[in-house]
Amino acid sequence: MNNSFLTGTLSIADSIIPVVSDKIRFKDFIGAVRVRWGIKRDNYRVNPGLYAIGSPGQESDVFVSANYKLSFDALRKNLSGENGWILVLDTKGVNVWCAAGKGTFGTKELVSRIRTVSLEKIVNHRRLILPQLGATGVAAYKVKDETGFNVHYGPVRASDIKKFIINGYRADRDMRKVTFGFRDRIKLIPNDFMYGKYWLMGAMAILFLISGIGNEGLSYKDFSGEGGPAILKVFLGYVSGIVITPMFLPYIPGRHFSLKGFYAGSMVFLILIMLKYSSGNIIEILSWFLIITTISSFLAMNFTGSSTYTSLSGVKKEMKISVPFQIGFALIGLVLQVVGKLI
Amino acid sequence: MKDLVYLPDVVTLGLCESTCNGCGMCIKVCPHDVFELSGKKAHIVNRDYCMECGACAMNCPLQAITVNSGVGCAAGIINGILRNTEPTCGCSESNVNCC
Repeated sequence: MNNSFLTGTLSIADSIIPVVSDKIRFKDFIGAVRVRWGIKRDNYRVNPGLYAIGSPGQESDVFVSANYKLSFDALRKNLSGENGWILVLDTKGVNVWCAAGKGTFGTKELVSRIRTVSLEKIVNHRRLILPQLGATGVAAYKVKDETGFNVHYGPVRASDIKKFIINGYRADRDMRKVTFGFRDRIKLIPNDFMYGKYWLMGAMAILFLISGIGNEGLSYKDFSGEGGPAILKVFLGYVSGIVITPMFLPYIPGRHFSLKGFYAGSMVFLILIMLKYSSGNIIEILSWFLIITTISSFLAMNFTGSSTYTSLSGVKKEMKISVPFQIGFALIGLVLQVVGKLI
Repeated sequence: MKDLVYLPDVVTLGLCESTCNGCGMCIKVCPHDVFELSGKKAHIVNRDYCMECGACAMNCPLQAITVNSGVGCAAGIINGILRNTEPTCGCSESNVNCC
């Protein structure tokens, strides 16, 4: 972990506090790109504790953050020009919302971190500003009981933080709402894409092996002609579920993510047919329809984990309906794939 | 952009209005504008927007809100079934968008 964001130290109430820069440098940007692609994620942590930004005093605000560097960077960037304190909790390198859901960005950690850094000696007020999404893990009234500090839930997005302060520490309706716009969705695609890579390779391998079956029985000599297209079709099913469905999420009909993925996969299949890319007999073509749509549907269903509006009860209900279909489609698709090669 | 809404009539969110003292904390922490305050009581006005994150129940000083909160994530539910536990993120500790 590089600590290039540190610019010096500051002495207050017998403590020496590291000062952080409010600039995001090229190195931070490269780190952010890497972490989105799932490279060296485990190194992307900030040491928990108290930091200073600008030249804060005893009156200055205390902002609480996670020790995931992207969360921390978003906060310090949006505090540029302000004087304040940043209290970084140990969330094991996980962002605020996920960590709050797991309880690591939680009441217990916040209370103990306040005590560890002796926050009551550093500031003379009793105000803490937390990101709103931390509320899933933190009970404000318990923090007040145990430490005397009042938790003020700030905006969802760090970019609204100055507006929040000007507003008299009040987040208006827009600042409180989680959105899931195009930019939010595409930022998540690289990591999901990398996360399923072994499944993708496994599926590619299976369909590649099947593609070698010839019509004189199991003769394995057809790889050269059909192996490549088979791998490509699996890949397109994957892209359909992990890239196309998230990109066009609000515009694809249906509320179930698996259904949205099925539609996206059907479109990809239709395009392949129109380009006359899917050769072979009707059984093989039907088989590819089932395989591409199932891969797309299953992966789109997994995007519920990245989305910001799906509930546990809803996803359970969706899976009860969709998973049996997906299993059925996949099995029939694979059987037809083999049958189509043999006739 | 219009609000994205997931499946209708599934969430487990409950609010006991007679216990509620109208402090408004649930409104401050809800990321989907589910509650509204009127007549010194909170009311559920957009139930289907709820994603069961649990922030409201966590921050209600009178425990007037109940919700079966957890990860709304298919991979998490599959992990839970495979390991015979509650739905849980199976991703590594530092995975950003695991649910």
